[in-house]
Amino acid sequence: MKEWQPKILAILCNWCSYAGADLAGVSRIQYPPNVRVIRIPCSGRVDPLMIMKSLQSGFDGLLVSG
Amino acid sequence: MSLKNRAVMVVGAGIAGIQAALDLAEMGVKVHLIEETASIGGRMPQLDKTFPTNDCSMCILSPKMSECARHENITIHIKSNVLSVKGKPGDFTATIVEKAKYVDPVKCVACGLCEDKCPVKVDDEFDMGLRKRGAISRYFLQSLPSEYTIDKEKCLYLTRGVCRLCEKVCPANAINFQDIDKEIELSVGAVILATGIDAFDPIGFGQFGYRSYKNVVTSLELERILSASGPMGGHVVRASDHKEPKNIAFIQCVGSRDESINHNYCSSACCMFAIKEAIIAKEHMKELDVAIFYMDIRAFGKDFDKYYEKSKNQYGVKFIKSKVSEITELEDGTLKLRYVLENGEIKFKNFEMVVLSIGLEPRKNMRELAGKLDIQLNEYGFCKSNTFSPLTTSREGIFVCGAMNGPKDIPESVMSASGAVAETTKYLRLERQEIKEKKIKEIDVVGNRPRIGTFVCHCGINIAGVVDVKKVAKEAKDLKNVEHSEDLIYACSQDCLETIKKRIKEHNLNRIVIAACTPRTHEPLFRETIAEAGLNPYLFEMANIRDQCSWAHMNEPEKATEKSTDLLNMGVAKARGLQPLERLPISINPKALVVGGGLAGMNTSLTLADAGHEVYLIEKDEKLGGNLNNIFYSFDKDPQVLLEDLKEKVSNHKLIKLHKNTKIEKIDGYVGNYTTTFSHNNEKQNVEHGVVIVCTGAKEHVTEEYLYGKSDRIVTQVEFERMLKYNQLPSPKPKNVVMIQCVGSREEGRMFCSRVCCTKAVKNALIMKEKYPRINTYIAYRDIRTYGFREKYYTELRDKGVMFVKYDIEKKPDVKLVDEFDPDSKALVTVFDPIMDKEIEIQADLIVLATAIDPLPENDTLAKMLKIPLNEDGMFLEAHAKLRPVDFATDGIFLAGLAHNPKDIDESLAQSKAAASRALTFLNKKAILAEGTIAEIDESKCTGCRYCEQVCSYSAIEVDDEKGIAVINNALCKGCGSCVATCRCGALDLRGFSNLQLFDAFDAITMTDILGE
Repeated sequence: MKEWQPKILAILCNWCSYAGADLAGVSRIQYPPNVRVIRIPCSGRVDPLMIMKSLQSGFDGLLVSG
Repeated sequence: MSLKNRAVMVVGAGIAGIQAALDLAEMGVKVHLIEETASIGGRMPQLDKTFPTNDCSMCILSPKMSECARHENITIHIKSNVLSVKGKPGDFTATIVEKAKYVDPVKCVACGLCEDKCPVKVDDEFDMGLRKRGAISRYFLQSLPSEYTIDKEKCLYLTRGVCRLCEKVCPANAINFQDIDKEIELSVGAVILATGIDAFDPIGFGQFGYRSYKNVVTSLELERILSASGPMGGHVVRASDHKEPKNIAFIQCVGSRDESINHNYCSSACCMFAIKEAIIAKEHMKELDVAIFYMDIRAFGKDFDKYYEKSKNQYGVKFIKSKVSEITELEDGTLKLRYVLENGEIKFKNFEMVVLSIGLEPRKNMRELAGKLDIQLNEYGFCKSNTFSPLTTSREGIFVCGAMNGPKDIPESVMSASGAVAETTKYLRLERQEIKEKKIKEIDVVGNRPRIGTFVCHCGINIAGVVDVKKVAKEAKDLKNVEHSEDLIYACSQDCLETIKKRIKEHNLNRIVIAACTPRTHEPLFRETIAEAGLNPYLFEMANIRDQCSWAHMNEPEKATEKSTDLLNMGVAKARGLQPLERLPISINPKALVVGGGLAGMNTSLTLADAGHEVYLIEKDEKLGGNLNNIFYSFDKDPQVLLEDLKEKVSNHKLIKLHKNTKIEKIDGYVGNYTTTFSHNNEKQNVEHGVVIVCTGAKEHVTEEYLYGKSDRIVTQVEFERMLKYNQLPSPKPKNVVMIQCVGSREEGRMFCSRVCCTKAVKNALIMKEKYPRINTYIAYRDIRTYGFREKYYTELRDKGVMFVKYDIEKKPDVKLVDEFDPDSKALVTVFDPIMDKEIEIQADLIVLATAIDPLPENDTLAKMLKIPLNEDGMFLEAHAKLRPVDFATDGIFLAGLAHNPKDIDESLAQSKAAASRALTFLNKKAILAEGTIAEIDESKCTGCRYCEQVCSYSAIEVDDEKGIAVINNALCKGCGSCVATCRCGALDLRGFSNLQLFDAFDAITMTDILGE
């Protein structure tokens, strides 16, 4: 049996954290592949509802960064 | 002079050059941006953080860099130098040489395979030699343009004719060893120089052991060490053993304020630079002990003193006023510092790491450049300009900005850059620009079922080397609404773009999703492409499967493929909800309203009027000039001559409508469309205008300290300057004059430096020495902040025997009147002198107080009218402390002069030019386009609770009092979505990033997982 891996959603601000995630790639920094990124125009866009919804959708964890 | 040219050459693409290029481009001017290195960006990308906000330097710079790289009016020439500038202002011919890059910029996809394989390893200049790079490389990770270039001097093939490995591994066939240097002639109307500065090289400073002691680094090297993308990955470690140091010493003024090396100037930025690095290092390691050895802490900029205080109180950084005379290295690499305290006591202390706060100096090639351009340099080798024309060089039509003509920090560089742009406008043929008509008619997709096309990019082997691209493309075919899916070798190459356009037509596609690199660089190109095929550009979505997938999971191809599929699924789900968006035109009224008729207001008005725009200049007093009326001396020309000249020009300019004794009653509207009501003798008048420039100034603080007002012999510096000018010193001539600095400044309730008072005291003391050489002068100070070239006058004054006594805020000087009942009483000043290590008493015949600069109490009223913020001190708060120093977050409103922060004449002149220039980026357009991705409101759900109003930084949403519902101003909305998140009723949503779209995207992958199981 495969070891269980959490599925994580990352909600990232276009101007800083999303750019940071790009930089991690450009620098070839390796990190676990079980994270899915969604880009938003500003961390101010993050509605509390989104946090509830992402967990309801089945994600095991959520990273909001901005 | 008949003007014909509409192009400007900007030399140097640091932050100043970038700002100048962007402002010009926005005014419709063609810009040739000349850069010596292989990327635009200059010094800022090397910095980890910026003071006093601790913003990530690269994060705030990169949007400006990409805007610059993308702007249709800007042509970037990297690896280029200027050879000559011939001709007349308005009609120059510039010759530049663009060096061979040996890499085809169109083909290169910046994958980096070439550098991996390159057998040459040389010191990386960007990382200060702390890292190696290949002979083929990028200047830094976020370089723009992003392509690689070959270093001709280091390449094995170009030097010895062997190797060509890069050519073999390049998947895009981008290597071109046949490339040659090209000379290019440019026809330009004006030139802006922004070549910046060099950091001082401390290698000759033997007593500090730089380069011979491994654990002695420069402040710039530490910056790279602190940077998360730097050579140490953001860990503070010593170069000798990669161990974390327990303590660090900073040594200030290395290469600054040093007459022995002809650097009799202050580098202006290093004090704050050191404080910032100390704070950041402490954030990395709480236990770290940091000591800063300094002469004076020069925290003179906006909010700098608060930062300085925070470093002491919150972070425990220690400040030691002392000169370090010698460093010796112990066996374990520890450094032993020998230093002398103020009272002469010699001390020793060991530190595990020493940071030299290196100063700024003119670029090495300044003399050569000056020769080519026929411009003069000053006594230190900086480009020469003067106080009353801080942006001009000695040659007409060639202007200067940034640190090239004197040390500056980032906001001042940005201000001077925008200011220099305003200077060029009189040599250019400017016209108000129209919005470009769309060439291709848009296909109406509203109401149609989504027909989505997905394209998955190989990016050569960058993606396909890890991700099973064909599988991802194939699986996408099964997704709902996907009508077509295929993989492309290089989605961004011209032939693939043509393929995408062809597929849109063939399959009648109305939404496009591309899985490739990052939307931050490639979204504009793809949007343009689908627009060429007749689709609204907003019907586009990207999945980032390179930067955030294949490059980050290189050893897990299966997982990476799975992730790519998920990311594409999410993109498709989000794309289903995309709607065509319109960028609505907003007309721009070409007139301006300038509030305040002081130096800044007059200079802004004149600049705008000279550029052909009508200006309403509103002054509350009956007299123009503001605080300039009280300034009689400068180190340059007579300020009163400047004042008279400005007053005359402003009063006689046919485009300036001057309203003195006038009060603003009301300002309504938004960018391009303001209506203002003002009154004069109770008579009201309405005017319409497109922009507002706030130049309301500030005032002198009225103190109750030091017995001010109790004797005619206790005066302020402003009063003293007038006494000097009109020979009104008390009679008989005073024997002793005591000046007390920081009266009201830098203390609880007014925790800011008033910036000009040290220079003013030095200036007035020098003039007094000249007029009355026998008067003894004492200056009681906390730190002498004669930044930049003002330092020279401070040393001159010291040489003339003026006595400086440093006092501590806890032990302020004590003033007693000799005769309390005499309104002309002399006074006795008692102050502790740290050099003599005891209290001294001075019989003062005259006491001069350097009182603080206070914001105007009426700032609040204007701030409310314009819906713009004030900082905690009551000064107007600009959009960004570093990069937008003359803008407000709300479009169309600008700021200059003392209303922003205390500043000197030259700085007000530069900033007011800058404000005019920023205003011209709007006024030179007949209309602007609003954003497409903006908030929208469902009026039936809104309850008018006003929460959205409070969170909007751009004043773009407001509750209509009559209707009781929120109204969005499309012209001002930036689409951040804060209001949407705040809305309790679900009445607000964000176009292009709607709640439903995002929720669908969340569901897209988890649902497939669940169904799959």
